Amino acid sequence: MAKLPSTTDIIDDLAFFDDWEERYQYIIDLSKQLPVLSDEERTDDRLVKGCQSSVWLITGIDQGKLHFSADSDAIIVRGLLVLVLAAYQDKSAQEILAFDMDAYFKELDLERHITVTRGNGLRSIVGKIRQEASQA
Amino acid sequence: MSFDVQTLRAQFPILGTQVNGKPLIYLDNAATTQKPQVMIDALVAFYTQCNANVHRGAHALSDEATRRFENARNSVLTLINATRREEVIWTKGTTEALNLVANGLSKKLKKNDEIVVTEMEHHANLVTWQQACEASGALLKVARINDSGELDIDDFQSMLTERTRFVAFPHASNALGTLNPVTAMTAMVKSHCDALVLVDGAQGIAHCDVDVQAIGCDFYAFSGHKLFGPTGIGVLWGRYDVLDTWPVWQTGGEMISTVEYQQSTWGELPYRLEAGTPNIAGAIGLGAAVDWFMQQDRIALRQHEDELLKYAMELGSEFSGMTLVGTAREKVGVMSFLVDGTHPGDLGFILDQQGVAIRTGDHCAQPLMKRLGVGGTARVSLSIYNTVDEVDALFVALKKAQQMLT
Ligand SMILES: Cc1ncc(COP(=O)(O)O)c(C=O)c1O
Repeated sequence: MAKLPSTTDIIDDLAFFDDWEERYQYIIDLSKQLPVLSDEERTDDRLVKGCQSSVWLITGIDQGKLHFSADSDAIIVRGLLVLVLAAYQDKSAQEILAFDMDAYFKELDLERHITVTRGNGLRSIVGKIRQEASQA
Repeated sequence: MSFDVQTLRAQFPILGTQVNGKPLIYLDNAATTQKPQVMIDALVAFYTQCNANVHRGAHALSDEATRRFENARNSVLTLINATRREEVIWTKGTTEALNLVANGLSKKLKKNDEIVVTEMEHHANLVTWQQACEASGALLKVARINDSGELDIDDFQSMLTERTRFVAFPHASNALGTLNPVTAMTAMVKSHCDALVLVDGAQGIAHCDVDVQAIGCDFYAFSGHKLFGPTGIGVLWGRYDVLDTWPVWQTGGEMISTVEYQQSTWGELPYRLEAGTPNIAGAIGLGAAVDWFMQQDRIALRQHEDELLKYAMELGSEFSGMTLVGTAREKVGVMSFLVDGTHPGDLGFILDQQGVAIRTGDHCAQPLMKRLGVGGTARVSLSIYNTVDEVDALFVALKKAQQMLT
């Protein structure tokens, strides 16, 4: 599996585009890097509540670092999951809780995805990950 | 009267605005319609000229507020051809109207009584009756639809028995656009059983000529905001002799005749079912919207809407990879669809970036989605002010979305 991009890669890449089409084409392309969960892994208890599309999240912990596998049936959400995991993947609970996701999305100029509570449900995903971190 | 869509559009300020830097193409009219300036003016006029509580008299402002508020009731009466103003009850919207009926119904129903609904219900016209059944031990029966989203009228008839006490169905389906033959269905109920009939008119009121006497139903419910009016106001129309015996549901001011510490007597209709200070501005705004609507050439509006829908459905059936969901012969205002290899949420998102507003998801009709074997759809819903150019632009935007997503 190719290594997912880091937050700095993403910030640099997105700053490069100036129209919506290029930006979302980039997010759609990112979605292709996110491993797909199998049907067996896509269980109902892993569904994140509050998303219009289905989003599954599996959390593992290894030597104090949290590892997430996430997937969605919607492509743009999958792309956005890559943006989110860039910040959270294989980080400690403290690092996860300290990360300012709102500021990051603001920097990416994708604020609406994180401020709108309904719709694509990114906020619920971030909330769920932070909850897992605070219980780890 | 001639009909010119540009003249009509000019009366809706929001239609001239931009979203995401693109001219707004608003195709989410089944969720809520946009508002004409005259409606907005009526709201402003109420607050700037005669804001006061109603029916409390004693001063000029209150008299004027009451006059405008009650005139609005008369406008609704005319729109739906009701016979008595006491039959027009203000509610928050369709949902509250249905809850008002369900609340009374659950007190009247007995164990083993039956309620009949259809497979195409909005949750509001399903869950309410589920609750009434749960409270009373009555049984909820669901009449089938066919794969194109039309009611199976034989199945509907077979549901009607001597135990049927209440039948509810939508004038039109919000998810598919299917228009139901409500007059024939009501007649069928009335000839087979001693049951009350409720028509969920949320999607009927802006697209059909509603004549409650001709339909023959006992209740007709709709929301003001889907009829060019404000949010937070709607109507329950009920036949006088039914409403007159209907149990009160909320209690408080306005609906009372006499109160002592241990008991009270209820006031007259319509106030008996309108507890508390009503949504005065909302009712006045809705009245203005209804007056405006009635002044339009509604035959021309209807024809325009029908042509638009037909055109959209034609383009949809030719669009490679598109599956139309809901292809009933009689439809109003809605094209629901899927595009191969894409999630409706993604489609909606890429359309939004291009200024095109549609709705995606289950449309508050999860059992219907399940029945049709889909998780949800993308839904385009049209209104009188949409244009052929907008439908063309929708399909250009869809093509782009399809290219990006597949
Ligand atoms: C068929 C139908 N019934 C009921 C409702 C509920 O209306 P409201 O949310 O305005 O109360 C809607 C609204 O979407 C509808 O389309």
